[in-house]
Amino acid sequence: MGISTIRIPDVGEGVAQVELSEWFVKPGDAVREDDILASVMTDKATVEIPSLYTGTIVSLGAELGEVVAVGSMLVTIEHAGEGATEAPAAETAEDTAEPAPAADATPAPAPKLSAAPSVAAAPAGDARAPRAAGEAPLASPAVRRRAREAGIDLRQVRGTGRAGRIIQADLDAVFARGPGDAPAPSGRSRRTGTEDIRVIGLRRKIADRMSLANARIPHITVIEEIDVTALEDLRAAMNAERGDRAKLTMLPFVTAALSRAVARHPEMNAHFDDDAGIVTRHAAVHIGIATMTDNGLIVPVLRHAEALGPHATATEIGRLAEAARNGSAKREELSGSTITITSLGPLGAIATTPIINHPEVAILGINKMAVRPQWDGQQFVPRKMMNISASFDHRVIDGWDAASFVALVKRLLENPALIFMESEA
Amino acid sequence: MKRETCKVLVIGAGPGGYVCAIRAGQLGLDTIVIEEGRPGGTCLNVGCIPSKALIHAAEEFHVATGLSGENPFGITTSAPQIDLARTVAWKDGIVARLTGGVAGLMKKAKVRHLAGRARVVDGKTVDVDTPEGPVRVSAESIVIATGSRPTEVPALPFGGDILSSTDALDLTSVPERLAVVGGGYIGLEIGTAMAKLGARVTVVEAAGRILPQYDAELTRPVSKRLESLGVTVLTGTRAEKFADGGLHVTTGEGAEIVPADKVLVAVGRAPVTAGFDLEELGLTMTGPFLAVDAQCRTSMRGVFAIGDVTGDPMLAHRAMAQGAMVAEILAGTDLSWDKRAIPAVCFTDPEIVTVGKLPSEAEGCEVALFPFAGNGRALTLGRDDGFVRVVHDRETGLVQGIQAVGPGCSEMAGEFALALEMAATLTDIADTIHAHPTLGETVQEVAMKGLGRALHI
Repeated sequence: MGISTIRIPDVGEGVAQVELSEWFVKPGDAVREDDILASVMTDKATVEIPSLYTGTIVSLGAELGEVVAVGSMLVTIEHAGEGATEAPAAETAEDTAEPAPAADATPAPAPKLSAAPSVAAAPAGDARAPRAAGEAPLASPAVRRRAREAGIDLRQVRGTGRAGRIIQADLDAVFARGPGDAPAPSGRSRRTGTEDIRVIGLRRKIADRMSLANARIPHITVIEEIDVTALEDLRAAMNAERGDRAKLTMLPFVTAALSRAVARHPEMNAHFDDDAGIVTRHAAVHIGIATMTDNGLIVPVLRHAEALGPHATATEIGRLAEAARNGSAKREELSGSTITITSLGPLGAIATTPIINHPEVAILGINKMAVRPQWDGQQFVPRKMMNISASFDHRVIDGWDAASFVALVKRLLENPALIFMESEA
Repeated sequence: MKRETCKVLVIGAGPGGYVCAIRAGQLGLDTIVIEEGRPGGTCLNVGCIPSKALIHAAEEFHVATGLSGENPFGITTSAPQIDLARTVAWKDGIVARLTGGVAGLMKKAKVRHLAGRARVVDGKTVDVDTPEGPVRVSAESIVIATGSRPTEVPALPFGGDILSSTDALDLTSVPERLAVVGGGYIGLEIGTAMAKLGARVTVVEAAGRILPQYDAELTRPVSKRLESLGVTVLTGTRAEKFADGGLHVTTGEGAEIVPADKVLVAVGRAPVTAGFDLEELGLTMTGPFLAVDAQCRTSMRGVFAIGDVTGDPMLAHRAMAQGAMVAEILAGTDLSWDKRAIPAVCFTDPEIVTVGKLPSEAEGCEVALFPFAGNGRALTLGRDDGFVRVVHDRETGLVQGIQAVGPGCSEMAGEFALALEMAATLTDIADTIHAHPTLGETVQEVAMKGLGRALHI
């Protein structure tokens, strides 16, 4: 008996990472060779990954919804025969006689330079990466002078000579690629080259969803200013007495106000299936919280916001944000929202034009809070002011309704007691 | 007061200043150079050139002395005599020819020369007291190239029997006993020459060994040669005063007196940044030196500095390269200092050449060494001391530094510098055919040795 690792195979087309969309096995399951272990989603297709062995699953390498790199561990499996840490992963994807070349395969010596995609981003496996700033480039005085006169930063040029030395031919290649016109002499050198970044994985999905939302939904955005002085006082008072409970940010009050407001405006807490022509209004208020992660925008969902108090909300939002950022958010935590809040905190700007999280019909953007002078009828007084920018699907929400909804949210946030009163605000 | 205007004003016509002025003139810039002495600065007048002349004459005398005794060449001749005053006159002839040549080159480049001492008025204006009367020069740019002068030791002020290097090059008779304070390259060069001319020379050095900026391996052949020439070297020794026909010194064991007729003080050189109202500009300094950027710009717009006033290494060829670069910059060329290597030569016996990193300065490097004892040409010249050494990157073979110590190896400095400037690897040098029979074959051999394929060792 041996234990082997089955890795996520190269699914082709230059895909570097995949999203794990479904598990067909769990630890302890017995599987036969070619049984499907999991399906993964690329930007193009869903691919099923079969087992290479007959045996028993020992452990799983990723969570559902996790974006994982090609070549990382999918499962470990106990099976008859010798253990192998490096399963021939590529063979499962491409049934060729030769194993597919690994990502870091070394190219032939002195690759033809014109094939390189750019000056700055040399392909992986280059003999020598461009040297770091501050490090003197290896080049003869003639090459250095020619580069300087042309405004080329030699630190960005790949050297194909011995020890990575930049030779005239390397500069020729740069000239062949870049704009050929001579720059004016100046102390600042011109940068050349471009860098292509493949839009894949999560970024691809974000791009698709944004296109979909923006292409299909005629947005109307309403921006309103809100005096949050009273709310801030309340928040400070509650935080002063919070004890062991999570510290309250502005967000739990906004989710509470939103839950309250959609009770009066059920048309806002809805999905619009535009293909079927049906608006589905939801009783539950599942609020998507747009969250920035290292990989991009993810929207974990605060479920049943209408049933949570401020501290419970704060705890749950904290947990969701952490799960989203470290990639451990489960699938159900990332889907099913009925309305969305987007906030950039201190970067929140004066106004934004949020894009609706399709198929929802409304999104509430929270802008940054600042102390601004307000006229109280006799004098200017400093007040804590915050704008909200809310977008609506204008196909199913009229301007009047949008404005009334925003006005209600404003009234709730400016008079926070109303949020928590049992009677209708 | 007479007024002049120009685009480029160079203060000082040493190797940095005259090169800057000539190049600026060649590039069509209206240029004035101010110099109170003869053009050529320390280098041509009282430094490199006259000292090399003296060293050569001393070597000729030393060879003649050797030939007057038992020698392997089978030559018989009588003991030589030297009239040092005539030697100095010959040396002065060389200096005059060279400084006249520089003056001619500047004239050819349409550079105007104002004789006299400069006095800085502001960042655009300099006064000069010329023999024809005071002149006020207004310039768009000023290049400070005022060089350096020998450092004085307070207890041993120059004058009388206490000589600076300048004085030592004008001695009309060989002192019977010479004490040299300072075991750097200037003290050793002149001290060795005097020893070859018959003086009893004692070198007093405060550090633990001579040429303390280099490693012991590199200086050992020089130490051995000094010993065979009868030069006494006192290391770890401080010179206190000169009195009663002797140099009073303190060694590790206590006070001693070194009998001496003359004392040469050669403890270093200090930049000339005062005495011409440069302080008026309030330029940013780095220690005693003028702070400059990679384009030799000082902290004041339009004011440049080159050469010894900008710091170590205080070498003529560095100043020349800076001068040429500044002229190009003033003519509108986008340049900045990107030299990988500045070679340095000690005209000791044997000579020392260093370029780039010493073994102790390089990380991740290996060192290969090839002795002149394995070189045919060295043996035909009657010498087999010294070696060539290359410091190279372990992974890539990139040459990081080359040093040599050996007779006549100063002429290898160009190849060494070229290797570093071209970013040569051991393979580049090893695969270049070097002419046989020459001392330079050792450079190819040391590279081959670094690659593990030396032939002649």
